[in-house]
Formats: sequence, structure tokens, C-alpha cells
Amino acid sequence: MSETMQSAEPRVGVYVCHCGINIAAKVDIAAVVEFAKTLPYVIVVRDYKFMCSDPGQELLQQDIKELGLNRIVVASCSPLMHEATFRHATEAAGLNQFYFQMANIREHVSWVTADKALATRKSQALVSAAVRRVVLNEPLEHQKVPVKPNVLVVGGGIAGIHAALTLANAGKQVTLVEREPTIGGHMAKFDKTFPTLDCAACILTPKMSMVRSHPNITMLTYAEVVGVEGYVGNFTVKVKKKARYVHEELCVGCNECVEACVYKEGRFTDTFNEGLSKRKPVYMPFPQATPSVVLIDPESCIELKTGKCKKQCATACTRNAIDFTMTDEIVALEVGAIIIATGFQTFDATRIPQYGYGKFPNVYTSLEVERLVNASGPTGGEVQLRDGSTPKRVGIIHCVGSRDEKTNRHCSRVCCMYSLKLAHLIHERTDAEVYNLYIDMRTPGKGYEEFYDKLLKEGVNFIRGRAAEVTDWTVTPEEEGKLVIRAEDTLIGVVRRIPVDMVVLSVGLEAHADADEVRRLFNISCSKEGWFLERHPKLAPVSTFTDGIFIAGACQGPKDIPDTVAQAGAAVAEALALVDRGFVELEPNTAFITKELCSGCHTCIAMCPFSAIRYNKEAGVAEINPALCKGCGTCVAACPSGAAQQHLFTDEQIFQEIEGVLNYV
Amino acid sequence: MNHLYYPGCSLKSTGRAYEESLLAVCATLGVGLTELQDWNCCGATSYMAIDEVKAFALAARNLALAEEQGKVGPGTPTVDLVAPCAACYLVLAKAQHCLEENKEVGGKITAALAAAQLQYTGRVVMRHPLDLFTNALGLDAIKAQVTKPLTGLKVACYYGCQIVRPYATFDDQYHPMTMDHLVTALGGTPVDWPLKTRCCGGSLTGTVQEVGLRMSYHLLKEARKRGADVLLTACPLCQFNLECYQDPMKALFPDHEPLPVLYFTQLMGLALGLERARLGLQRLFVPFRQPVGV
Ligand SMILES: Cc1cc2nc3c(=O)[nH]c(=O)nc-3n(C[C@H](O)[C@H](O)[C@H](O)COP(=O)(O)OP(=O)(O)OC[C@H]3O[C@@H](n4cnc5c(N)ncnc54)[C@H](O)[C@@H]3O)c2cc1C
Ligand code: SF4
Ligand code: SF4
Repeated sequence: MSETMQSAEPRVGVYVCHCGINIAAKVDIAAVVEFAKTLPYVIVVRDYKFMCSDPGQELLQQDIKELGLNRIVVASCSPLMHEATFRHATEAAGLNQFYFQMANIREHVSWVTADKALATRKSQALVSAAVRRVVLNEPLEHQKVPVKPNVLVVGGGIAGIHAALTLANAGKQVTLVEREPTIGGHMAKFDKTFPTLDCAACILTPKMSMVRSHPNITMLTYAEVVGVEGYVGNFTVKVKKKARYVHEELCVGCNECVEACVYKEGRFTDTFNEGLSKRKPVYMPFPQATPSVVLIDPESCIELKTGKCKKQCATACTRNAIDFTMTDEIVALEVGAIIIATGFQTFDATRIPQYGYGKFPNVYTSLEVERLVNASGPTGGEVQLRDGSTPKRVGIIHCVGSRDEKTNRHCSRVCCMYSLKLAHLIHERTDAEVYNLYIDMRTPGKGYEEFYDKLLKEGVNFIRGRAAEVTDWTVTPEEEGKLVIRAEDTLIGVVRRIPVDMVVLSVGLEAHADADEVRRLFNISCSKEGWFLERHPKLAPVSTFTDGIFIAGACQGPKDIPDTVAQAGAAVAEALALVDRGFVELEPNTAFITKELCSGCHTCIAMCPFSAIRYNKEAGVAEINPALCKGCGTCVAACPSGAAQQHLFTDEQIFQEIEGVLNYV
Repeated sequence: MNHLYYPGCSLKSTGRAYEESLLAVCATLGVGLTELQDWNCCGATSYMAIDEVKAFALAARNLALAEEQGKVGPGTPTVDLVAPCAACYLVLAKAQHCLEENKEVGGKITAALAAAQLQYTGRVVMRHPLDLFTNALGLDAIKAQVTKPLTGLKVACYYGCQIVRPYATFDDQYHPMTMDHLVTALGGTPVDWPLKTRCCGGSLTGTVQEVGLRMSYHLLKEARKRGADVLLTACPLCQFNLECYQDPMKALFPDHEPLPVLYFTQLMGLALGLERARLGLQRLFVPFRQPVGV
């Protein structure tokens, strides 16, 4: 395209789309066409059934070539729908794509206006505005910024593990940051997984060790992201590695130190076992922990607390791996994309006091029972009560902290299914009579309803009704010494008292308590419950509002393992699409500062929600980094000197647009 | 400290001992209670089930009187209205919520008040004596005045269904503790028992007696089972159901053993060293003869 053509007198083409009958049924197209012909600089006006179709696009392309048009207006649908389409068509015909302007006469007019005459007038006003504006449009170029090829994955649950491995297999360098001393997440605590009842360890541990040995993966455990800077394709991330007091590269996980510790028995709450067992100050989180490296807890280690221990662990270690002088370490990373997979936390059952958790020893959470049924758990897979006896009657209460106005309104999606799993495992291992108290059974999923059906046939009891309370108030001799679950059986309309030895609370899934801090750190959004927000619930389920940052797994909302893995795969695909392209194109609708007008007052700097503005001390003016600017226009509106302006939205363009609407006839 | 006091019909009749003990205790603790003049039925009883608007209008008249006599109105602070009867307390609170939240009923009530040259602007704070003693006065102030501590006395604190539900304004809905803490402050030992808020039978005792009696019987039985020497109530109807029917209860459930049922204010009075007659203890059907303060 020639320079002269672009700077020449504006020659505008206007194209009015019928959108089938979407627009044509409400807007008098012929009247809009006739009106557009009267507007300044307009050379040609046409209408067509579907402007977005190939022949539609060809119309305007032909006119550019044959009539020498240098400005294009299409009056059709929302720019979100087809702005890109028409920009490309314009560009393909040899014109800078920013010489194109769209007027939305579908979403803004025909779909929302009842009166045909008014709809027509409004369409004319919008066309008038677009024509006046397009005349002032300038040629702009998309900014190309190179993308760093490395990817950061935050959270080493099944979502993070799957994402890291898939990326690494695609040849990307991946850093996996996990805040616990081992990767594995919740899944590592389970014995079996629904609905197939396949052994969780058998499918998870190989993946964990693959993460450990994969040449393309750097695993940072016992670590947390503490700072994120930069933008899509170019993030600088700071990770804090907490001191383990054991050198990861030296330790071989032989556990000699644990044996040798001055504490002969475990004394401290073992969080991996949900507090059902005790550990020593030096410990291996669980036998299959990855990395297979012990750590020392500074809260309980005598040496770290007082400096007065015999340090038998250090003596026992033949590899000199133990080092009490270790300190936290900061690691800096440069990555192009980030996948957040921080998972969930379970509902704190003490928040519903009428279920007696924390008061009655034999009321358990589902996660505790997962550890009880686990072959490598604290009881070796035996389902035992606190006193070591085997329960004969067990009640499982669904929806604890889910579907409840007072706690969480959402359905946690997985607890019906895991309750069925636990009912099956408990019944199988103890022959106990098992009661499931549910509000509704929610078993959508491949093979899930069939699993429910199997349980019904196995003789597990199902009572439909939210349990009112768990009480030690006993009325009959058979209730004596037991816990009684009181619930309305809504299918037969009676209140039932179910005496049991063990109560399992199927606690719901919640966003992490620190979700808001994490959200801020990565500059993404979360729902008011704390679930990380996807860019679009249907069409962009793993993207966030911050380009280059993706989400996967239960941090986005409650989900089971199959859905978590599928979503992790999707996040990987999006991340690969970004890094493999090698560059990102940034919208040129960024703000810029006219140096001569800037007084250096700093007003805009504080207002920019994306921290895109910096103060240049030498020049004494503010400067906008176009790669960070999202084109929100805040600074433009705020600048008292009119120094901040925005491409595609200059004051003059906006005034002309307004004038176009107000003075169109 | 001065508060308006709404006795309600029970405290002038079956619940006389509640009023007697409450007034005696408040006088001793320096809590002034001024009876609301010209008060009327709170609107509880069957009113609520038959005509909610009328029931709320009755309740609202008391609230309007409280504002008038407490000299509060738009732009002023609030006035406390103490309602010892659990039913009065609940209905008056319910009327406040209804006036605030339900425009339709609220409008009718406002119109009814206006016809009587009254208005209610939302400046009354309903208080149950438990709330008053625990939060306005404070347990330390009470503890300081105990002369005959309830040493060794095991007490089942029974809150009933109304004072913490549905509006748990001053205590937990499921495990209320204010009365337990009060008993501890008096030197007694509250027993941990699970039926603190379970229904006493309410008006069933008067209508379907067998059902009502069974409900009361279970409460007393469990309290005994947990070692209680006495059960405390904070409601005249609970006290009536649990105490006055122990004979027919015994006829229906032969294993029933009598248990004294006192207003918590009566036991407070004993710990504060007041005479039994000032506390209405002579009115009890199941006498309370535990030595206190030895
Ligand atoms: C009792 C119970 C039983 C279940 N049983 C089954 C079953 O049988 N089958 C099934 O399909 N699903 C089951 N589920 C659901 C299953 O747990 C989830 O689908 C799965 O764990 C989600 O994986 P995730 O990686 O998204 O989250 P998580 O498993 O929660 O992993 C998240 C990881 O991120 C780490 N992390 C968190 N915050 C940070 C941070 N800021 N920085 C670094 N790391 C962080 C965590 O430490 C954790 O390792 C069950 C759930 C429960 C509660
Ligand atoms: S620190 Fe040393 S002794 Fe302890 S597990 Fe590691 S290698 Fe073994
Ligand atoms: S999945 Fe089942 S148990 Fe869990 S919240 Fe939903 S309905 Fe309740």
C-alpha cells in the first residue's frame, strides 16, 4: 500500500449488514444506507445479508482496490464478535487494519430496541458516529514481544504434576513449585479412587517419580512464589525455598536420622496423616514422598529451638546431609507462561458444632478416613476407632459445609462420590452396617451412577435427608454408648435416630484461605468464595484475565481427578500455544505520554491498575510501558495536562464520535 | 444502669417467681428496671398462628411505647427493653425484623400504630436478662457480689428453643453458653449435656399431653443422667412444663425421678445471699433444698 493513499483525503466505504433477519427485521436497512450516503467523505454504501461471510468480506476488499477506499465502516454486530474478521479483511486488501471502524447495530440496537423507527434512527446515529471517527483513525501496528520458552507450574497436586510432565514431554523447561515438602497434593492421601477403585498410589507415585527424574523439570518443594513481575511471555518470578535443614542433593532418604533422633517416639502432629499419628522433629512426610528427602521442623527440633541437642540425627547421617545453619533461599526464574494449580482445602468441620467434630472422638472427617483406609496410613489400612476397636455401625453425613446457606452454597461435586467410595471400603473391610445420609445423590460422570447402583446392591443404607445433629443423647438401650445421628428421612417422612460407632463427615471443598493473597500475587481474579476466575466459563475455561497465566484443577472450582487432569491438559495446550508461537502481539490501543505536555505530577502513576507507568527521573516525565498497558484509559482521564492520550481513543476521535451521535441529522 | 422492663402476662401469673427473683436480683446488683407502662400482650400464644399482622401489631405497640417512654426517636441512641419471658423476647424481636424486612406487613403495622397516634422508628434493643447480666453488667461484677457460692452444685442449664433461635444475637444457636458461664461465676458446676435447646413440649403439654410430657420427661431424665442436681430455665413456659407436671409424668414414665426446676434468677438470688421468700422459692412444686453456700 502506498503512503500517499493512506495520507490522502479520506474515502470512506460503509457496509450495512442484515445479519439474516437479526438486524434487518428491526432496522430499515435501506433507510440506513440512504442516510449513510449523505455523510461526509462517504464514497460508497452497500448492504449485504452476511457481511462476515466470504462474499461479504470480498465486497469491501474489492471496493478498497477498485474505488480507492482508505477508510472502512461496517455496521453489524459487536466488535467482540467480528472486529478481528473485518480488520483482517481490511488488511488483506492492502489497508492498515486500524483504518477500520465497527458500528454495533445488532447487540446495541436490533436485539434491544422494540420500535422499528427508533431502531433505524439509532442505527443511523451509530453509523454517523463511526464515519466521523474513522476519518481520524491512524495506521497502527501490533507490537510484537518475544516470549520466554520456560513455564512455571505452581502447586504440585495431580493438576500441577500432570501439567509439568506434559510440558516437559513437549520439550519445555518447567519449574514446579510446591509449598509442602512433597508433591502429590490431596490425591497422595487416598488409598483408592472412585469410581474404578484403582489404587491411588499405583497411578500417582510413578508420575511423582517421573517429575523428580525428568531432565526438563526443576522441582522446588517446600517453596512458595513470593513475587511476580513482568507480563505475558516475560515474567520474572521470585520463589522462596524454605530451609529444610537437610541438603536435598545429599539426602538419599534412608531415614537413619529419623531412627537416631533423640525423640524415641513421634510426638508432633503428623499433618500428612491428618493428625492421626505423631512424627518426630526430623521426618519423611510419607514413605513415597517426592523428593524422597527428610526435613527438620524448626518448631519442634530441640537443636533449632535451643541449640542444645545431642544432634544424633546429624551424627547418624553418613552423607552429612543435615545442616542446622541452612536458611531460606530466594530463587529467581524467568518464564513465559504460568500455570496455577494450587488446589483446594477441605471445610473445617468444627464450623458446624452440631455435628460434634472435635467434641466426640469418633466423629471423623472424610480426609481422616481416607488415611484410615490407606494401606500406608497410620493404621495400615484398618478402619479403627480411636480406642482401636472396629466400628460395627458407621454413618456418613454428606454435604458438610456444602449446599448450605450458612457455610458454603456450592455443591462440592466430589463428596457424594467419595462418600460412596468410603462406604464401600469401610463396609468391605469391617463388615459394618453403613448409612449414607444425603440431600441428593449427585453422581454425574462416567461410570459414577453405576458405582452408586453397585453400592445400593452391596447393602449400604441410604437415607435422604440432611442430618440435623450428632448427639450422645441416648434414649434406648441399643443407643447406649453410641453416637446418635438424628435426621429426617424425607422419603418416608419420619425423624430417625441412627445409633452408630463412627461418624464420617463428608467435608466440602473450599478455596484456600490464602486464595486472595495468591490472586493478588499473580494479578488474577477470584470469585467471592475464592475460586480463581477463568476468563470465560465456557470458551476460555483455563485462561485468566491476565494474559500468560492459566489455571487448572480444583483451584478453579471443585472437581474430581478426571476433570482436574483434563483441565491441566487444557492449560498446557494454552501455554504451549503461547510459548511455541515465540512472540505475543499486543493491541496497539495503548496509552502514550506526550513528553512536552507532561508536568511530571505522578497522578497517572498511582492510578494505573497494571503498574504500567514509571517515572523517568532524568527526563522528569512519566513513561508508559506499552507491553504492560492494557489500554484501560484511566491515566488518560486522570492526566490534568492532557499529556496522556491513547491510541485509537484520542480525545478528538471520541469527541467526533459523540458529535456523530448527537448531530447526525 | 436503667432499663425498661416488659414483664408479659406470664411473669404476672404462672411465672411470678421469675419476676420476683429477677427484680430482687436486679435490685441487689444495682440494675434498674422500670416497668413499661400500659404494656399489652406481646402477641405470642396462638395469635401468631392465626393472624400474623395482628400479632405483630400488638408487639409493635409495646415497642412504640418503649420508644416513647424511653424518650428515643430519630437521631437519638437506642433504648434497652428487657423481656425475661422467652416467648415475649422472641415475638418482640420477630416483630422488629418483620418491620425492617417485610414492607407489606411492616406498612400495615405502621398504619395500625398511627391509628393509635404511635410510631416505631427502630430504636429499641431487645434484651433477655441472660444477655443483660452477661454482656451489659458483666460476670465479674456478679461474681464480686456472690456471698453464698454454689460450691458443688451441679446444674443443667436449659435455654429452651426460643432465646437463641432463630436470632442468635447474644449466644450460640447450637451450644449456648451464657447461662453456663453465669453458673460458673456463681461458683456452681454446669454439666455438659446435649439437650440445652431441645423443645420442652411447649403448648403440647396442654393439648396433646402425652406428647408434651414425653418431651419434658426426656429433658429431665437426661439432666439427671448427666448428674445434675437442678435444672435451670430462662422461660416461664419451660419452667411450668418441666416442673408442674412431674406427677403426671411419673404416672406415665414410672422411672421418672423428681428434679427441681428453677429460674436461673432464683439460683442467682441464692448465691447472692437473698432470702428464699424474696425469690419465690416457696412456690416450687418440686422443692429445692440443696444446701447452698456451705
Ligand atoms: C476426602 C476426599 C476424597 C476424594 N476422593 C477422590 C477420588 O476418589 N477420586 C477423584 O477423582 N477425586 C477425589 N477427590 C477429589 C480430588 O482430591 C481432587 O480432584 C484433586 O485433588 C484436585 O487436584 P489439584 O491438583 O487441583 O489440587 P490438590 O490436590 O489440592 O493439590 C494442590 C497442591 O498445590 C499445593 N499448593 C497450594 N497452594 C500453594 C501455593 N500457594 N504455592 C505452592 N503450592 C501450593 C498444595 O500443597 C497441593 O500439593 C477427593 C477429595 C476429597 C476431599
Ligand atoms: S538426612 Fe541423611 S540420614 Fe536422614 S534420610 Fe537423608 S541421607 Fe538419610
Ligand atoms: S457432591 Fe454430594 S455431598 Fe458433595 S456437596 Fe454436592 S451433593 Fe453434597
